[in-house]
Amino acid sequence: MSDTHSESVRFVRETSLPPAEPPVAERGIYKWGRENLFATPANGALTIVALYVIYLVLSGTLPWLFNGLWTTNSLSECREVLDGRTGGCFSVLTERWNQLIFGFKYPPDQYWRPMLAFVMMLLAVAPVLFFDLPRKMLIITALFPFTAYWLIWGGTILVPLVALLGVVVGYIVYSRLVTQNFALGFFGGVAAAIVFWVFGGWIVDSIGVANPMLEAVPSRDMGGFMLNMMLGVTCVSLSLPIGIALALGRQSSMPLIKWMSVIFIEFIRGVPLITLLFVANVMLAYFFPPGSGVDLFLRVVIMITMFSAAYIAEVIRGGLAALPKGQYEAADSLGLDYAQAMRLIILPQALKISIPGIVNIAVGLFKDTTLVSVISMFDLIGMIRGPILASTEWNGVYWELFGFAAALFFVVCYGISQYSQWLERRLATDHR
Amino acid sequence: MAKAAQLKVSDEVAISIQQMNKWYGTFHVLRDIDLTVYQGERIVICGPSGSGKSTLIRCINALEEHQKGSIEVDGTLLSSDLKNIDKIRSEVGMCFQHFNLFPHLTILENCTLAPIWVRKTPKKEAEETAMHFLEKVKIPDQANKYPGQLSGGQQQRVAIARSLCMRPRIMLFDEPTSALDPEMIKEVLDTMIELAEEGMTMLCVTHEMGFARQVANRVIFMDEGQIVEQNEPEEFFNNPQSPRTQLFLSQILGH
Repeated sequence: MSDTHSESVRFVRETSLPPAEPPVAERGIYKWGRENLFATPANGALTIVALYVIYLVLSGTLPWLFNGLWTTNSLSECREVLDGRTGGCFSVLTERWNQLIFGFKYPPDQYWRPMLAFVMMLLAVAPVLFFDLPRKMLIITALFPFTAYWLIWGGTILVPLVALLGVVVGYIVYSRLVTQNFALGFFGGVAAAIVFWVFGGWIVDSIGVANPMLEAVPSRDMGGFMLNMMLGVTCVSLSLPIGIALALGRQSSMPLIKWMSVIFIEFIRGVPLITLLFVANVMLAYFFPPGSGVDLFLRVVIMITMFSAAYIAEVIRGGLAALPKGQYEAADSLGLDYAQAMRLIILPQALKISIPGIVNIAVGLFKDTTLVSVISMFDLIGMIRGPILASTEWNGVYWELFGFAAALFFVVCYGISQYSQWLERRLATDHR
Repeated sequence: MAKAAQLKVSDEVAISIQQMNKWYGTFHVLRDIDLTVYQGERIVICGPSGSGKSTLIRCINALEEHQKGSIEVDGTLLSSDLKNIDKIRSEVGMCFQHFNLFPHLTILENCTLAPIWVRKTPKKEAEETAMHFLEKVKIPDQANKYPGQLSGGQQQRVAIARSLCMRPRIMLFDEPTSALDPEMIKEVLDTMIELAEEGMTMLCVTHEMGFARQVANRVIFMDEGQIVEQNEPEEFFNNPQSPRTQLFLSQILGH
């Protein structure tokens, strides 16, 4: 009996047909192209227009990129060599590389110090970002702020040591008091650390080491992309814990803490960052005791941190609000105290929900560090707009310089964004 | 399932509630509640929705605050002192209508979290206890999954195991089967019946009248924030005294 007994009602298949390939138009690149590029006439027309636009952009930029000069010493020399051809004068980047990265005042023979600090930063950040790494690496993270400070600013090692000991003292006081009450422990720890720092700073000042191991570099000599990185890393890592504290404070049942948080958040959010930076530059000096001369870098860090902490607090509040009330109740019903419930149950979930928002603010904050150029700090943009574009050699090189700045920021911001997406996938346990 | 063994109810008082009143704003939710629960008792609380039955058992572990009267759990007076509250909560297990498992932790971590952090049990010991109770609720093979991968019935059984890991002296159930499909209700009720047979002190808010008949030694009917009637299950179902109870029973048993 044949397999093709279409006319008969009874039918039994005796041989199995082997699987065949789909017709040519239904597989591979043909299928993909037809479905994605030329599905309808309008779709096809758009594809052609898009291809033409891509051609226009590339035909303009590619010669500019590939004909670019990397070794000339000034814009006029570069134009001579190009002789009317299209091409970028990238030699501004090579010639002013150190200025773009470190600013124009950092002592060149000390460049290894920020570089070493940068490498240490990668090591310190790794265990925080990738929690599959051994937990012992967190020791590097804990020590990093103090070593990095000492490396970049130099001077006597007593300053970072006092800072480190202040944190230790604060932690000891916190762990003693937290058994009674979380708020008491938290504020007690902070107060103890501040008292220790004030006294420690006073003692360090009075000792005054004559010949420090590392040459001291004042803050106003910091510049270039290094300054952006320093501001970005410091402010993001400070504003996240402060933001969490503010978000929890805003939910607190204690009216004093609640209203302090609310007023702080609403006030800071209602003021433009640039205003805060001008305040940091000019007015903040009035709030500190006369002669204390709080460093401009520190003042700017305080302002940017406060600014982004207020935003992060609101993002985290959104995450907290998204959690079902049952999670709080389940944590309570098991007898967990407030700090445990927050740390083990509520915050891990709320922060996971808030990741996109937090990353959004972190990226924005990092780019906003370029605003310090308006209060005459020479960050990457400040360097470009100031010393480089104002010089006789490079007056008029806009595309190359700002393109370079954009590329640097893009690399970092895109990296943050990719990391956050990886993190979201890694933390997904809801199996939707 | 066999009828639960009629355990002798002891004279030891587990929970003592006296003249307890609660308001939500100006709304008087619980009115003059007097209730004494003895160790080993299995009490089912029923009543129409809004009658305050959930609020009552949530007051026992201070998920809700009461404004007047006193609640004493295992000899500890419930006050606004956080230490007392945490002590009572670690002795009183609770299962919720919507399970409230922690979705970011595995089943095993859900069960070991409180023993490790509240009881300071070593991790290994806590895991052994957790596996013991997961076996008891018949899902040891799911220990390393996340709650989102389990069915509702399984999740509720994990929630029971999670509470049991704290070795509570009293268990509160707040409508544990109301969010479940009929098939899953049985597996959860079976677990609860087993628990009752072992002599656990239990307070259940539930509409499962079959369960009430089978395991309860006392049924409480609440309406408008008051205890309207309480009796042994046989008497309660066959011979309800108050007209309000008769109406309620005729409505839920009528079909």
